[in-house]
Amino acid sequence: MTALKRRRGAAVLAGGVAAVMLLAACSSDSSTEDSATEDTASASEEETMTDEGTDVAAGCEAYAPYMGNEGASVSIFTSILPPEQGLFEQSWSEFESCTGIDIVYEGSDQFEAQLPTRIAGGNAPDIAFIPQPGLLAKLVADGGPVPASEGTVANVDQYWNAAWKSYGTVDGTFYAAPLGSNMKSFVWYSPKTFAANGYTVPTTWDELWALSDQMVADGVKPWCGGIESGGATGWAATDWLEQIMLRMYGGEVYDKWVNHEILFDSPEVTAAMDVLAGWMKNPDYVNGGFGNVQTIATTAFQDAGGPILAGECGMLQQASFYANFWGNFQEGATVGVDGDAYAFYLPAMDDAVAPQPVVGGGEFVAAFADRPEVAAVQTYLASPEFATSKASLGTWVSANSGVPLDTYAEGSIDQLSAQYLTDLTGTFRFDASDLMPAAVGAGAEWTEMTAWFAEDKPTAEVLKAIDAAWPAS
Amino acid sequence: MEEVLNGLPKLGSAATAIGLFLAVLLILFFIGARFRGRLQGPVAILVFLGPALILVTMGLIVPAFRTIYGSTLDANQEEFVGLDNYAWIFDTQQGVLVNTILWIVIAPIASTALGLTLALLLDRMRRESVAKSLIFMPMAISFVGASIIWGLMYEYRDPAKEQVGLLSQVVMWLGVDDPPNWILWQPFNNYLLMVIMVWIQVGFAMVVLSAAIKNIPADVVEAAELDGAVGWKLFSRVTIPMIRATLIVVLTTIMIAVLKIFDIVRTMTNGNFGTQVVANEMYAQSFVQFNQGHGNALAVVLFIGVVPLIIYNVVQLRKERAIR
Repeated sequence: MTALKRRRGAAVLAGGVAAVMLLAACSSDSSTEDSATEDTASASEEETMTDEGTDVAAGCEAYAPYMGNEGASVSIFTSILPPEQGLFEQSWSEFESCTGIDIVYEGSDQFEAQLPTRIAGGNAPDIAFIPQPGLLAKLVADGGPVPASEGTVANVDQYWNAAWKSYGTVDGTFYAAPLGSNMKSFVWYSPKTFAANGYTVPTTWDELWALSDQMVADGVKPWCGGIESGGATGWAATDWLEQIMLRMYGGEVYDKWVNHEILFDSPEVTAAMDVLAGWMKNPDYVNGGFGNVQTIATTAFQDAGGPILAGECGMLQQASFYANFWGNFQEGATVGVDGDAYAFYLPAMDDAVAPQPVVGGGEFVAAFADRPEVAAVQTYLASPEFATSKASLGTWVSANSGVPLDTYAEGSIDQLSAQYLTDLTGTFRFDASDLMPAAVGAGAEWTEMTAWFAEDKPTAEVLKAIDAAWPAS
Repeated sequence: MEEVLNGLPKLGSAATAIGLFLAVLLILFFIGARFRGRLQGPVAILVFLGPALILVTMGLIVPAFRTIYGSTLDANQEEFVGLDNYAWIFDTQQGVLVNTILWIVIAPIASTALGLTLALLLDRMRRESVAKSLIFMPMAISFVGASIIWGLMYEYRDPAKEQVGLLSQVVMWLGVDDPPNWILWQPFNNYLLMVIMVWIQVGFAMVVLSAAIKNIPADVVEAAELDGAVGWKLFSRVTIPMIRATLIVVLTTIMIAVLKIFDIVRTMTNGNFGTQVVANEMYAQSFVQFNQGHGNALAVVLFIGVVPLIIYNVVQLRKERAIR
């Protein structure tokens, strides 16, 4: 009897504890307290500000267009977390103290899930940094963002390559200006190895293949690659295809391809796949340091560049962010024009078709409130002054052509990226797989390209399977 | 330090919520205890069962029906599409279904058979507990951790170069000059993934079965031996029937674990190279490709697969309890 009682007691206790844990889990997701405390802190700041006078203070002349909103507060919601958060706050701290607008930054790793919920719940942030154009289009369809402020439009028209404006535009209305940018059209190599073997950096498409053949003759596999990336395996291969598509056919055909006006199973894409097959599926060319062509499918993209430092591989096509990886392969490896690793621009095929093609990405600044202080912040974030301030803090690139190139560290990969991204006459296009529906751009294109490398699945079957996954509507 | 301090208010609100909940429970219990007479029984049931029922309804039953309903809607859960999502599964995902069935059949049987063999071999061995602990240890490793370890074992390198993966190196020592890239080696890569599952589950099977074997009354074994049953005969005619119920529970428990296998496939191949299974495809459809309709339909398929196993398992457990 007593044993039975005790057991019952334990069961009740266990049930209670489980229930309590559930409740606790439900109650702890809000971070409103944090912003509330920040609000009171900034309120006291403002009091000291207004004591100094409402005229434009010394050192604040550059912020004159944004004046007149003292004491206002603008909330920004983003997926960018610390430590980058600190750099953002630092970059606009002068703006805050001069204009008296308090910018409340909130980062979340559940950004893409939370933003639509917050908008639906009437709790939209004033401004959100949107990581890809597809999400912006979805938000506009559901009715959230307000059209960009006049100042933002003027900034984007003046300072950005026209393609960027189109990615912030939905159904003819311009909503969001680009913020940070990254550059994907790079080829990584070892300047030391190049110097030792007398190789020169190729500047044309033909030179690139002449150099590759030269390396083959010298007994080195010219290319290495890896597309394994956990749940996103295959994305690196889609980047290769995008580079070729843009170089072979130019921006207009690329846009049609993105919108599925040109199928994957079309002569254009098939020809681009054939070019890729002659490059990354060419057994003479790959996979330096790892083995046969199939190893591309099982090599992590993070590991793919390692053989370049070991002299077992000549080159790797990867984005600008790969600069951070070289230290993993070799302690103290330097990235620079005379260092252990550096990048050159993947050359254009035909300047008449696509002058200086660049595939890249970036995030966009959308506003959700039609208040003057929100417009001021959105305009400021699209200005060369902000971009210069942020870029000078390092590890961040803007495609804003108003940023002087010497803002970036001399010879850094950021500077090289900015040089190509800010070219107003170049052919910039956004990463195509990020623009396509998720079922393709984060689904079939990844898995089918992986099968193309791993199982040597025939090109026609790969392209048909990707088309089949394209959503009907 | 500052972050810790900033987190304190959250901790405070969590503590308040817990305190409030306990207070509500206490009040309920107190009110329940005041009832006497005819109402006492029903009120006690309501007070004790009510909160649990509400939580089970909110957390389990409602989502289950929502998922079933959602499996008849399109990718954005807006339009009714009937059984299109199921048609999609059976038309285009046959490989995934076949792989899942292979997993359900092979991995549990292999784990149980190996566990039973080990239990018999280790029974009455000296320092039995040390050997058992070592075999049980993988059970303490998460599926993801185990997959990363085995990923290194299967790692492929050009045969001319220094090898990283143990499997390739061992095979080369045995005289094979050109080992395959294991993870790409269809269809055997599926079995290489199952090895990881077996490696983890065999300790569980061994410990439970070993306990069952030790529970066989000594007089039964003695009587059988007196009747001339030794070796294989003793094992197949006495030991197996005596632990039959435990064997079935072990087998079905591992089967249920295998049915929702996700971590190993996701970590090792992400379903590429012909190794996709239902649970991982469900995740990919729901949360990577944002096709909620496909994801829900796959969840329902998985659910339908689990239900008979659970029913069978519960029935067996009941039977076993009835015997004791």
